Amino acid sequence: MSDKINPTRVPMSEQDAKERISDFREVALGYTVEEVRREAERCIQCKKPKCEDGCPVKVPIRDFVMAVAEGDDEKALELVKSTNSLPAVCGRVCPQEEQCEAKCVISKKGDGISIGRLERFVADWEMQRGPAKPNVVEKKNQKVAIVGSGPAGLTCAGDLARLGYDVTVFEALHAPGGVLIYGIPEFRLPNRVVHYEVENLRRNGVRIETNAVIGKSLTVDDLFEDGFDAIFVGTGAGLPRFMGIPGENLNGVYSANEFLTRVNLMRADCFPENHTPVNVGKRVAVVGAGNTAMDSARTALRAGAEEAHIIYRRSETEMTARVEEYHHAIEEGVIFNWLTNPVRLFGNDDGWLTAMECIRMELGEPDDSGRRRPVPIEGSEFKIDVENMILALGTSPNPLVPQTATDIDTRSWGGIVVDEETGATSREGVFAGGDIVTGAATVILAMGAGKTAASGIDEYLKSKRG
Amino acid sequence: MYEILRKEDLTDITKLFEVNAPLVARNAEPGQFVIVRIDEKGERIPLTIADYDKEKGTVTIVVQEVGFTSAMLNSLREGQSIVDFAGPLGRPAPLPKEGSVVLLGGGFGVAPIYPVAKELRNRGVKVTSIIGARRENLVIMEKEMQSVSDKLYVCTDDGSTGFKGFVTQKLEELVAGGEKFDEAIAIGPMPMMRATAKTTKPMELKTWVSVDPIMVDGTGMCGACRVTVAGEVKFGCVDGPFFDAHDVDFEEAHRRNLMYRREEEHIMTVCRRGGDSA
Ligand SMILES: Cc1cc2nc3c(=O)[nH]c(=O)nc-3n(C[C@H](O)[C@H](O)[C@H](O)COP(=O)(O)OP(=O)(O)OC[C@H]3O[C@@H](n4cnc5c(N)ncnc54)[C@H](O)[C@@H]3O)c2cc1C
Ligand SMILES: Cc1cc2nc3c(=O)[nH]c(=O)nc-3n(C[C@H](O)[C@H](O)[C@H](O)COP(=O)(O)OP(=O)(O)OC[C@H]3O[C@@H](n4cnc5c(N)ncnc54)[C@H](O)[C@@H]3O)c2cc1C
Ligand code: SF4
Ligand code: SF4
Ligand code: FES
Repeated sequence: MSDKINPTRVPMSEQDAKERISDFREVALGYTVEEVRREAERCIQCKKPKCEDGCPVKVPIRDFVMAVAEGDDEKALELVKSTNSLPAVCGRVCPQEEQCEAKCVISKKGDGISIGRLERFVADWEMQRGPAKPNVVEKKNQKVAIVGSGPAGLTCAGDLARLGYDVTVFEALHAPGGVLIYGIPEFRLPNRVVHYEVENLRRNGVRIETNAVIGKSLTVDDLFEDGFDAIFVGTGAGLPRFMGIPGENLNGVYSANEFLTRVNLMRADCFPENHTPVNVGKRVAVVGAGNTAMDSARTALRAGAEEAHIIYRRSETEMTARVEEYHHAIEEGVIFNWLTNPVRLFGNDDGWLTAMECIRMELGEPDDSGRRRPVPIEGSEFKIDVENMILALGTSPNPLVPQTATDIDTRSWGGIVVDEETGATSREGVFAGGDIVTGAATVILAMGAGKTAASGIDEYLKSKRG
Repeated sequence: MYEILRKEDLTDITKLFEVNAPLVARNAEPGQFVIVRIDEKGERIPLTIADYDKEKGTVTIVVQEVGFTSAMLNSLREGQSIVDFAGPLGRPAPLPKEGSVVLLGGGFGVAPIYPVAKELRNRGVKVTSIIGARRENLVIMEKEMQSVSDKLYVCTDDGSTGFKGFVTQKLEELVAGGEKFDEAIAIGPMPMMRATAKTTKPMELKTWVSVDPIMVDGTGMCGACRVTVAGEVKFGCVDGPFFDAHDVDFEEAHRRNLMYRREEEHIMTVCRRGGDSA
């Protein structure tokens, strides 16, 4: 370990932008062994590691980075996994520039340590080596049902299985993984990473029941009747929002969820070999500027669009996407239309979208979110010809479970109310966490919530055992 | 995997499958549907639950061949399995507790009307059923419908059996003849449901239709299934599939269902070509 600060991070190789938009292979290629050691050696091993304050699940960053620098990947893995059960996912999709890396002392003088990339390396190393033998734990005689298999549910399931509980995950779709599988595209988070983690859970004795829509196939009452002693609800915030402008039901208009699901989950990019179609015209407009919007625009380019536009009513400063992905989108040729808002859509005689009318916006006083409120500039309307519009305006909590289990309290906007320390809801034995509680947030926060609820459930079940 | 326990040929293009699906059967109610994916490459398609047996844990579906996936499904045999079978989805049919209801079933729509009729009968509601098809050999489930209806009328477009004409014409005839109904429920192809809405509007007869938009997840996550009802956007899979027929924007619903026509034609030619070379 050198005591001199090296302010420049080791760059990670990426697929060339021109080549990569013709396929779905991962953009960021990961560090090589030599690169990873060099990057880890930049860490000055602070006495009080600030970086760890920036991580919602308190990964022991300093010590794992040290292990990487020393070439002890096994130990590094153990350290990372002591608090983060999905490092291959977090290493790829955490907004590190706002979290761990932002807090790293070196970021004051240059580039913070690339903690996410190091984490990814360690996790990928595990995938190459193959999983460790599951620990043999004493089985407990209590059953837990996990509803939803996104990062919150998977984390909760993993923790409880490790404690010896009999765990079953119920997932509405045919594939487990939540947004990780149907939303975030292959070029950012390959499905094999998610499959690997799910297989790991299975190896640890977790049962996964797909095609099980809780609230419909089974209710919360049914689960208790079937002998489950506790239930974790991690059903996410999957409900797409629409704008309510004229023409929104024209053919060619998608929610980002539908568009991404068709491509990522159903693999419509390989139609007709896969049997689900998707419709991508020459010019695609994506409304919004979060991660979902970037993913939609970049997916559209890969699925055959010649031009992909981001339409956003605020400015670049208020954009919520990860910086790295914003840069990737720019490199790939996505066109950004800031301070622009669609007002109505036009279609042809067959009902297909042909153009959108937009209005220019300017920023006024700050609104509830603390960001300056966009206000339309009168008379600034203009038309853009587009064949598809994809709405990435955010999502709301999935109401299926709370609707059918009315003794679970929710907030006015649909989020489930929980005790922050334990994840407990208003109904005894029912816990919740992730986007269903917070509204659309991040993978790591959902995992953190799954973890909190797992220990909450453990305490609760202990007390029931007496 | 969901095993096909029984297959029955109802017509050349309409097959009935009884599928082992305890998780669907357990809470199924009339009017709900399942989302089915035949194999790992398959698309997810919605199909109405045509019958269910909670004890045996089985669910019956009736599939009419209209395109690639329905044709693939109909080619499956007893003993084979379907990879995904999720449900029951959607809200149950909104059924009255008493009175007199007229049911209209067109084509494959007779199958989903059957559990509705059965439930109404159980409740003591008077059931008049009008079922129709293009010609005699396309009429399905006549015997089953007979057993759960107070009165049953069969219609064919060409008059090869029963009444010659559309189910809506039969309904008009009955009403003109003085029959009184409190409500109507129509399930079938979009044009038939649309015609029913047109017919019952001047009669001021409350009418429900089971709208069949294109779906993906069936749980409210994607919005593929949006339909405009009384000027408001609804999701067919979670708000429906039953809506007030007089409020549904059928023109839009029809147009949205044609969204993948080009792709559907393409996959049909590709699969035929595949068949030729085999
Ligand atoms: C396109 C996109 C890109 C994103 N990019 C990033 C990123 O780069 N970094 C980041 O940190 N975050 C990102 N996010 C946000 C992040 O993915 C979510 O915050 C996170 O997945 C939430 O996890 P969760 O476990 O709460 O729910 P989800 O991942 O939404 O999983 C919920 C699961 O529950 C299932 N379910 C729902 N209802 C039922 C029911 N009734 N019965 C059974 N199962 C049910 C769903 O099918 C789903 O599988 C992105 C989100 C999207 C949509
Ligand atoms: C709630 C509901 C219940 C249904 N119940 C039945 C039933 O009991 N029996 C039955 O035979 N059919 C039923 N359908 C229709 C059935 O889903 C479609 O016939 C089937 O999806 C067509 O797929 P395909 O590949 O064979 O045909 P395609 O070639 O894809 O399409 C042929 C026609 O089917 C329509 N269609 C295509 N994909 C879908 C889709 N995902 N959802 C709805 N329509 C689609 C198209 O508009 C087109 O007109 C129902 C549909 C809904 C929404
Ligand atoms: S989990 Fe996320 S925030 Fe925590 S150390 Fe890893 S990349 Fe950073
Ligand atoms: S703050 Fe930065 S330099 Fe300090 S221990 Fe953490 S990663 Fe290393
Ligand atoms: S089918 Fe996706 S929301 Fe209805």
